[in-house]
Amino acid sequence: MSRVISYVKESIHLLKEKEYQQFGMKMKRLLIGMKFTDGLLYHILVYALLFALGYIYLYPMLYMVTGSFMTMEDIIDVAVKWIPSTLNFENYRIVIEEINYFDALLDAIYLAGVPAISATVSSALIGYGFARFDFPFKKILFVLMIMTFIVPPQITMLPMFRMYSQYDLLGSIKAFLYPAILGQGLNGAIFILIFYQFFRMIPKSLIESAELDGATPLKIFTKIIVPLAVPSIIIVFLFSFVWYYNETYLSGLYLRGSSLLTLPLRVEQYITNFTSIYPEGSRARELMQAVKLAGNVLTLLPLLVLYFFTQRYFVESIDKTGITGE
Amino acid sequence: MKKVKDFLKKASDLFDKVKYKLSHNVVFRSDFEYWTFFNVLKIRVTNKRRQAVIGVSFIFIWIVGYLIFALYPMMYSLYLSFFKVRLAGADIVMSGVGIDNYKAAFLYDPYFVEILIEYVVEMILNVPITIVFALIIAMLINQDIKGKGAWRTVFFLPVIITTGPVIQELMVQGATTLPSIQEYEVIDIVLDNLNSALANPIQALFDTILLVLWFTGIQILIFLAGLQKIDREIYEASMIDGAGPWESFWKITLPSIMPLVSVVIIYTVVSMSVFGLNEVIIYIRNVMLGESTVGTLTTGYGYSAALAWIYFIVMVLLILLFVGAVNIKRRSRR
Repeated sequence: MSRVISYVKESIHLLKEKEYQQFGMKMKRLLIGMKFTDGLLYHILVYALLFALGYIYLYPMLYMVTGSFMTMEDIIDVAVKWIPSTLNFENYRIVIEEINYFDALLDAIYLAGVPAISATVSSALIGYGFARFDFPFKKILFVLMIMTFIVPPQITMLPMFRMYSQYDLLGSIKAFLYPAILGQGLNGAIFILIFYQFFRMIPKSLIESAELDGATPLKIFTKIIVPLAVPSIIIVFLFSFVWYYNETYLSGLYLRGSSLLTLPLRVEQYITNFTSIYPEGSRARELMQAVKLAGNVLTLLPLLVLYFFTQRYFVESIDKTGITGE
Repeated sequence: MKKVKDFLKKASDLFDKVKYKLSHNVVFRSDFEYWTFFNVLKIRVTNKRRQAVIGVSFIFIWIVGYLIFALYPMMYSLYLSFFKVRLAGADIVMSGVGIDNYKAAFLYDPYFVEILIEYVVEMILNVPITIVFALIIAMLINQDIKGKGAWRTVFFLPVIITTGPVIQELMVQGATTLPSIQEYEVIDIVLDNLNSALANPIQALFDTILLVLWFTGIQILIFLAGLQKIDREIYEASMIDGAGPWESFWKITLPSIMPLVSVVIIYTVVSMSVFGLNEVIIYIRNVMLGESTVGTLTTGYGYSAALAWIYFIVMVLLILLFVGAVNIKRRSRR
């Protein structure tokens, strides 16, 4: 009898152990999965990383937006760190009125848009020339083209400045437009490279068949190449626009003292004028912080709007546009 | 509508006429076999030559632009860097000083060398970090995660914002350092146990980590495009052979995007170097605008041109160093 009992006990024990093992296996499957990358642990890790990095990326934006709504009391009050006590648009009102925001915005769009369009057109032509045809010294010219990207603007700044002032191009959009037309605009080399990569992916047979049908090179370019390159064109235009819009170093030099200014420069100018009136540490200066942030938000707002409408081009067309440059 | 059509027809007829006149005149005549210049010089038209002419005419605008807006200014500033340049009204007064400008930059200038070394150390720290973070983020958002579009939107934000005075403003106000990192005094413990030569850059790194991360916009784009080009089947095949995610990262992912790393390095170094808040850039600009005296040398355009050229050369050396390091690693792995 006792032997039977011990046998039963032993078998129950064994059964339990097996269950435990199975349970352990299940947990392991759940946590680690078949190949680690499909397990729970891995997912937790991925999302934790995403949230941590996302926080870092969004932190300045949050800081800027919340800070721009603060009143003077909020800035001074230590208890108010993130959420303003009242939603006040006073800071925005000040900036919009003082810099004549909507006119300034139109100016900025004009200043960025026209060079961006010309840079897109010219870099498409140049990229096609490099990608499709063979000519003597092509490799040297290509290397020179890439070198223009590396040269810091400080080297070319003074001679350019003198040249522009000699030909009376300062203070007008021409100072940006002419280089853009000639393929030397802001970061022009990158755009040429993007188009170069893209046009090399277009099958040669397509172009050859058009040639057999008697199409001239220009016709091939406008009727076949350009329609194919729409994603590249969009991404190049967007990048070019954003870079021209944000440019302050050269535009600060070429446009200084003229009525035509980029939006960031205008905000900056207004703020320096304003702060110089009030002494260091005064209350008005404290308030100025919030006004500055509001100015920054207003500067970035058009770009953010543009970005949210076009971000699928930024994101989705990357593999179609040959941006990789290998 | 009809009028427009008529007009277009007329215009294209006119263009054809102009084209004909341009290709059939005394100076230049073109027919199927020969290009004739001045009725004397005959060049046989081959396919290769025709291609070359068409190609050059496509990039012609670039050649003109390069000569005017790149080569001429570069050469001119190189030329200026050997002179002492003073502005007298609209004219500039130059007196040759040979390589004194370059000598002064290294021997007499109390700030330049110091700033330059700081810049080099910073770059050596920041560039690898930027690239590693860009790669990590690109790999994270290349996976099947929920809300892919939203995440991508967040991580491409730097493309829009990094440029411009907005970042400067944020930097001044301290929004580019993470307060939460500094509150937890972990860094202080680490820093206390290191000597200052190593600790200072690390301290600076933590202060600007946000700024560094914010330079990753384009790099993420490039890496993401590269990652999407890797064939899924390769991963499946390696999995069947028993490779884990760790091995497949080192053996598949990294080698296939290695060519892109060089591109990313060049982009990162350049964008960080010409960034408006870079110390060296600010210094060069100040030297250019203000005619202060450094040692025995009056600063000004000539001296700042010399500084800019030194800076440019250091930049190129840095790029070569990074690209070289990456490529040596690549070769030894094979």
